[in-house]
Amino acid sequence: MEKPSYTPKDFTSDQEVRWCPGCDDYVILNAMQKALPEVGVRREDIVFISGIGCSSRFPYYMNTYGMHSIHGRAPGIATGVKLANPDLSVWMITGDGDAMSIGGNHFIHLLRRNVDLNVLLFNNEIYGLTKGQFSPTSTLGLKTKSSPLGNVQPPFSVGQLALGAKARFFARVAGNSPKEMTDLFIKCHQFKGTSLVEILQNCVIFNDGCFSHVTDKSVREDKQLYVEHGKPMIFGKERNKGLVLQGLKLVVVTLGEDGISEADILVHDAKEPDPTLHHMLVSLQYPMVTGIIRAVPDTTLEERLHEVKQTAVSKAKYHNTEELFFSGETYEVGA
Amino acid sequence: MSATEKNKSTESLDHVVIRFVGDSGDGMQLTGAQFSDTSAMLGNDIATFPNFPAEIRAPQGSLYGVSGFQVHIGSLEIDTPGDELDLLVAMNPAGLKTNISALKKGHVLIVDTDSFTQRNFDKAQYSSNPLEDGSLADYKVIEVAMTTLSKEAVKGIEGLDNKSITRSKNMWALGMVYWMYHRSLDHTIAFIERKFAAQPNLVAANIKVLKAGYNFAETLELIPTSYQVAPAKMPAGTYRMMMGNQALAWGFLAAAEKTGLPLFLGSYPITPASDILHELSKHQQLGVTAFQAEDEIAGITAAIGAAFAGSLAITTTSGPGLALKSESLGLAMMIELPLVVVDVQRGGPSTGLPTKTEQSDLLQALYGRHGESPVIVLAASTPSNCFHYAYQAAKLALEHMTPVVLLSDGYIANGSGPWKIQRTSEMPDIAPRILKEAPENWHPYHRDERTLARDWPLPGTPGLEHRVGGLEKDQEKGTVSYDPINHEAMTHTRQEKIQRVQAQIPGLEVHHAQEGQLLVVGWGGTQGALQSAMKTLNQQGYHQVGYTHFNYLSPLPKNTQEVLGRFKKVLVCELNNGQLAKLLSMHHDQSRIYSYTKIQGLPFAQSELLEAFKQHLS
Repeated sequence: MEKPSYTPKDFTSDQEVRWCPGCDDYVILNAMQKALPEVGVRREDIVFISGIGCSSRFPYYMNTYGMHSIHGRAPGIATGVKLANPDLSVWMITGDGDAMSIGGNHFIHLLRRNVDLNVLLFNNEIYGLTKGQFSPTSTLGLKTKSSPLGNVQPPFSVGQLALGAKARFFARVAGNSPKEMTDLFIKCHQFKGTSLVEILQNCVIFNDGCFSHVTDKSVREDKQLYVEHGKPMIFGKERNKGLVLQGLKLVVVTLGEDGISEADILVHDAKEPDPTLHHMLVSLQYPMVTGIIRAVPDTTLEERLHEVKQTAVSKAKYHNTEELFFSGETYEVGA
Repeated sequence: MSATEKNKSTESLDHVVIRFVGDSGDGMQLTGAQFSDTSAMLGNDIATFPNFPAEIRAPQGSLYGVSGFQVHIGSLEIDTPGDELDLLVAMNPAGLKTNISALKKGHVLIVDTDSFTQRNFDKAQYSSNPLEDGSLADYKVIEVAMTTLSKEAVKGIEGLDNKSITRSKNMWALGMVYWMYHRSLDHTIAFIERKFAAQPNLVAANIKVLKAGYNFAETLELIPTSYQVAPAKMPAGTYRMMMGNQALAWGFLAAAEKTGLPLFLGSYPITPASDILHELSKHQQLGVTAFQAEDEIAGITAAIGAAFAGSLAITTTSGPGLALKSESLGLAMMIELPLVVVDVQRGGPSTGLPTKTEQSDLLQALYGRHGESPVIVLAASTPSNCFHYAYQAAKLALEHMTPVVLLSDGYIANGSGPWKIQRTSEMPDIAPRILKEAPENWHPYHRDERTLARDWPLPGTPGLEHRVGGLEKDQEKGTVSYDPINHEAMTHTRQEKIQRVQAQIPGLEVHHAQEGQLLVVGWGGTQGALQSAMKTLNQQGYHQVGYTHFNYLSPLPKNTQEVLGRFKKVLVCELNNGQLAKLLSMHHDQSRIYSYTKIQGLPFAQSELLEAFKQHLS
């Protein structure tokens, strides 16, 4: 079928966008509205499902099918939509509290099952919509309305949790990198299976600057390593830093020092089924690894279900309810 | 050779209650089911109820490991599996101890004496051998060394291990009972041939034991009489035995086929609802997706997602699961999607009595949600009418664009009775409100003028892109709205939409007296017990008592107030602490409503109902 021609405006709904001025969510929304014309799926075949939280207002702003559901439950709803109609392109919008606190159980099972959904997790390390309590990704010691003396609950890492739950696709991107985001969203769509993107999203009101140490324009090239499959893991303004494996640890080295050359630098393999190195990459604090860290193709839940159904059809002893109801042990009464 | 040639007499009975009990591994469910199926095929009306332990592999011989199967057959209409037993077959002392009190005095008890050992007496907490200590003097005890006799019978059949020989003893018991009640062995022989098709020696052994048991009973002087139970008068047609949970599942299959919609079940295992999940999991060739979710909430949310995408979506659970689903049910109500939630009620609260029956989720189904959250609530009332109410629940959900809660209970879910097979092609039409193209000025909360149901625009349809969600929506545009007047109007509209379903549902039917002294009222799974008690009451000459039964709880049938008003007193009988009585008190003169309740995890017995009715007549 011919690729429909859309502009970002075709994906803009008539609802007034109500995020706080300066919120990264605007950047994400724009990036998505730019990505979808490239994705090339017809608008009526796109569904956005969200839970609750600032991020979850997203579907209202997209001129597609959408549902703003309940806190933490978007994975169940999105799974139901996709299983009911696998031809749809289903996007799930969630946040750190939505996905990892109240919806933690659904989130890990979604990843385990590998339903072909695109999941955007807006991680701002805070509860924004309830006005500033610590979230499951807030750093230890963070002072919030519910932790005036500092957060005492150690945080989850989105990447570690996702890989632990068998995520086949995990990417990370800074909330102020619209170009990378658009590119990732397109790849997210192209990957068959649950593709999870953690977006490091600044909350200007309740957790301002939570990622500025890695996302500020002045530092981001030195502090982020944007990985690409098949390319050496080199970063830095000067493109002179790189990752090597020493023993069981990833170590940052400088090209040209201690005899290190580009040939010594690890080449990123996002398709490696063994998650060990991916685990190390998502866990690194310096550099903060962004880009597609893991993308290992695997059968999706809907493919497995389809296969099982085909087997059932081929072995079927009955093909409709009448045949079923009259099969087996029946008997006649009267005449 | 017939019984008369052996100088045995034959008596006719209009109904008989038989219970088979033994250890979990003794095959009592199979034995009972075989007797039931054979009787059903003879044309008897029938009701059965299994009673198995909550423990999966309870220790052998223990009191709590007893598994039982009760069957009530008759030449007249059978409403319940029966209260008191005409025949008890006990395969071990534990089974005897836990069941003997149900056997009518003077009636027959058959025991397998091979299991009456000191070790089993200890396990069953008998201080002496009940067969010898006179404690069974009130009964006709028939002692049979079934294990030994079964072993004798299969001598000469090659390749049998000791375990399979011992396990065939249930066929001995079954053979005896077949002779006592003039049943043919054909059905069971065919069953054995199918079940053990791969092991010819087991086929031979089981058939041999079955026949030997039959012949043994025929020659045994201790059984002087055999009984005839003539076929019942039932509407002509093709029948099969159905359990409530299976009937529910089939009702949904029929609704899906009628509408051409794929059936989607989102569910999480819970007793006593899991059999619906098991049953639907078997029918993927009919386009069913049975999705076992990670929890109750994911079960219903997946169903909501499937409903959004155009499936006939259902979720199945029991009381604690309904509690977990309540927030999501509120969402489905708010976004006005078709969804059926089945609650097979069990003893609560909390884990309560998970394998026992109760009707204590009525108010939860009606009101157990946050906010003003009306939904349709139905209750099936017999194992076989679970089919009808599942179909009806799907029809109402699809035509009125609303969640429907369908209540069943552990008693009808596991019970079985004859079901006159219905053809889906002959079932009432269902008209889902799927919108194919966008009318001018369309918005997601555009409603049908008559029913107030909104449209069902499915993803994939060009021009109908829209957003729904838990936030209140503008009644004109379908966009998010915080307007106070709009919220009040939408709240009233959602309530009114449910109220208007009244036009689609049947009115209450009153049986026996149409007006007078006392109206007996029931709802859901107590129908059999109440019906049967009312028949007896009538036969006893109490003609001023009427009876009505609710299957529709929200909205209530149109004539509810009028019917209640015809009687001086209304006695609401239910297996809870008076929930329907409370509900009816809101619609009727409270001083005339009385409540008769039982909260023991058990169905009503006829004797206790009769006593209650009479108390309210004096």
